[in-house]
Amino acid sequence: MLIRIAKNLARFVVTFLVATLAVFGIMRVLPGDPAAIAAGENATPELIARLAQEFGTDRPLPEQYWDWFSGLLRGDFGVSYVTRTDISPLVLDKVQVSLILVTLAMLLALVIAIPLGILAAIRHNKPSGALISGLSQLGIAIPGFLLGILLVSFLSLRLGWLPANGWTPPGEDFGDFIRRIILPVTALAGVQSAILTRYVRSAVLEVMHEDYLRTARAKGLSPTRALLRHGLRNAAIPVLTVTSVQFAALIIGAVVIERVFVVPGLGSMLLTAVGNRDLLTVQSVVMVLVAITLIINLVVDVLYTVLDPRIRAANQ
Amino acid sequence: MQRSTTSRRAGVLGALMVSTILALTGCTAGSTGTPGSATDKNTLTVALTGEPVNLDFTTTAGAAIPQAMMSNVYEGLVTLDQTGAIKPLLATGWETSADNKSYTFTLQEGVKFSNGADFDAEDVKFSIERVKSDAWLNGLKTKMDVVDNVQVVSPETVTVNLKRPSQAWLYSMTTLVGAMFDPSGVDDLANQPVGTGPYALESWARGESIKLAGRDDYWGIMPGIKNVTLRYFADAIATTNALTSGDVDLVYNMQAPELLAGFQSKPEYQVIEGTSNGEIMLSMNNNVAPFNDKRVRQAVMYAIDRQEVRDTAWNGLGTLVGGPVPPTDPYYEDLNDLYPHDPAKARELLKEAGAENLDVTFTVPTRPYANAVAEVVFSQLKDVGINVKIQSAEFPAVWLDQVFNRHDYQMSVVLAVEARDVLTMFDNPDYYIGYDNSKIKDEAALADESDTANYVAGMKNVVRTIVEDAASDTLFIFPNISVAKAGLSGIGANSVTEALSLATIAWS
Repeated sequence: MLIRIAKNLARFVVTFLVATLAVFGIMRVLPGDPAAIAAGENATPELIARLAQEFGTDRPLPEQYWDWFSGLLRGDFGVSYVTRTDISPLVLDKVQVSLILVTLAMLLALVIAIPLGILAAIRHNKPSGALISGLSQLGIAIPGFLLGILLVSFLSLRLGWLPANGWTPPGEDFGDFIRRIILPVTALAGVQSAILTRYVRSAVLEVMHEDYLRTARAKGLSPTRALLRHGLRNAAIPVLTVTSVQFAALIIGAVVIERVFVVPGLGSMLLTAVGNRDLLTVQSVVMVLVAITLIINLVVDVLYTVLDPRIRAANQ
Repeated sequence: MQRSTTSRRAGVLGALMVSTILALTGCTAGSTGTPGSATDKNTLTVALTGEPVNLDFTTTAGAAIPQAMMSNVYEGLVTLDQTGAIKPLLATGWETSADNKSYTFTLQEGVKFSNGADFDAEDVKFSIERVKSDAWLNGLKTKMDVVDNVQVVSPETVTVNLKRPSQAWLYSMTTLVGAMFDPSGVDDLANQPVGTGPYALESWARGESIKLAGRDDYWGIMPGIKNVTLRYFADAIATTNALTSGDVDLVYNMQAPELLAGFQSKPEYQVIEGTSNGEIMLSMNNNVAPFNDKRVRQAVMYAIDRQEVRDTAWNGLGTLVGGPVPPTDPYYEDLNDLYPHDPAKARELLKEAGAENLDVTFTVPTRPYANAVAEVVFSQLKDVGINVKIQSAEFPAVWLDQVFNRHDYQMSVVLAVEARDVLTMFDNPDYYIGYDNSKIKDEAALADESDTANYVAGMKNVVRTIVEDAASDTLFIFPNISVAKAGLSGIGANSVTEALSLATIAWS
């Protein structure tokens, strides 16, 4: 088990390294010189040159990379070209916003998907089961931002029940925080719950045909009780995997939702920074997203090893 | 053992679900009213698009910083009124010397900066000299090149000596280059602006909002609303959504005219349409084929029906002027008749130039106005035999790089927002438009050095020459549209300076 965890850790480090190189490289081939953009439309060539020197974008690429990378390791993302302030505290601030949004969305998606998925599996050859499957198919087809726009036009613009956009930190005014987060969380959770429902359904269906369930039923348990007592733990493993993958996807998907709902999270920060060619900020935000994704995968891999005796055994 | 772990996990999960559901349903039930419907007479929330990246316009270009900071936090010696006339502000008045080279300003007394420091003639000297120093990085600093030196006569009197007479200089003093700073308040302008204005920065949540608080020690008329929040949105739809759901009171400089209809018909809102300094400029690269041929440029001028462009692309809002000067400038004149819509004449000119069946690449920045305009231009030019290929350029990054800096384009369209920018655009052959300025250079210089009457006459001639040469096609003057709750008054309709002046706004 320890060997497996060590392997996971090693893979984490290598992927992170490769990601820093890729992100750095991609940012350098984007068209648009950051110094020229910062200098604006009234700039003289001398001014652009001076800003390039100040930003350090005129230095050799390996040097720029090393400065940024060594800073990352120290948790110091550097000073933004455009805002002229430290990037780290700002990213930390925005990361919290995005994580709150995404975590609540994932919880809501699971709350909807787990019972629905189990129900769809148990009633897989009844009309109600087919209905749930059909609805989840439909849910997958509706993009989150579209659902968001629909929610806004109906619930806030037509009915005036909830604010159309904006963000209040939970510590500042909890009631307002909840009112503002309902719509973006619902928009994000909509597609996720549909996806997860299908996974839960197929995972449960699969275990229902396993020998141990037949054994349990032979011992006198009803199909539902057998499933609840012995099946769900096994069905949980594929669902856990999918949930973690989807969690990472959700963080990326939140970029669009954050824009629709004017939520000041990483996504909004990223879009603004890309537009301004604020290279250091873009690199840092992307690396934070990469790190979150990698950490989730690492945690899941480790959990997996702990949870599933077969995987544990295979490594011994 | 195994069973107990499972049930404990299930218990935790169950508790989580229940609490989430409770939290979500509980608050839906609690919020039945329209959000933010209660109007507090002492607060105002303004929706804007395009947020400032930092608060320091001395080192950073762009319209968003002066929009929030000028008039509100910073003030100049002079300012513009809504008709575009120069009025005293921190100066009570000024006298010009006989040779028009020196301006002696008398200063308001009892003016304090928001850090408590007194404002006097030394601050004027400091501020103007600083524009000329390396501390300023904004390209607009060149407007101060004409200043030779600044003399402090007394704490309330200061004389600015110019190298040569300049009508344009005093006007520039109404813009951000004329902002007055305190020497001890310039350490962290990006985050902590210090000015003499009616408001001081209270807090700034990056990417979200700027909060301004009215100053109790302000020297002039107290602001009508004490607590103002400027909220920034990514697009126009988000701003009007926020207005509809009651989160904001005013949407200023609205960027989507098609959203106006819904507000015009409702009594709880007011729509204010004014004019701005911005020209929607269809630029033709005067240095490259086919637009290095004046006849081809003229053909485009005749081919384009500017009224149809404006009506289709911008819902009929905006002013048709026919030249690169907004109506609020002193040397404005209506030049719509110089190139009336005449497709036959356009075809004739193209034939004469040997440019029939022309292929042109149209580089369009990714901005709503540009996309809207591009489609109409496309079909109008096609009508006279110019085949337009639309190429999209991300704005600002790619557009600035490709079109503005490298001049790698044939035709483009952009909103030129800078005030009194006709000479910036056309009196510089190295500018991206590439207009040969030999015909206007001397006349423009002469006009700037003469008295006001001759300045206006001279500049009118300059502008006429530029338009006759078909240097670019000014499609229309961008409107300044505000949508506000009905109870708000004192919103300046016209955007004649870069500033959104907040102090005059009040709840009635």
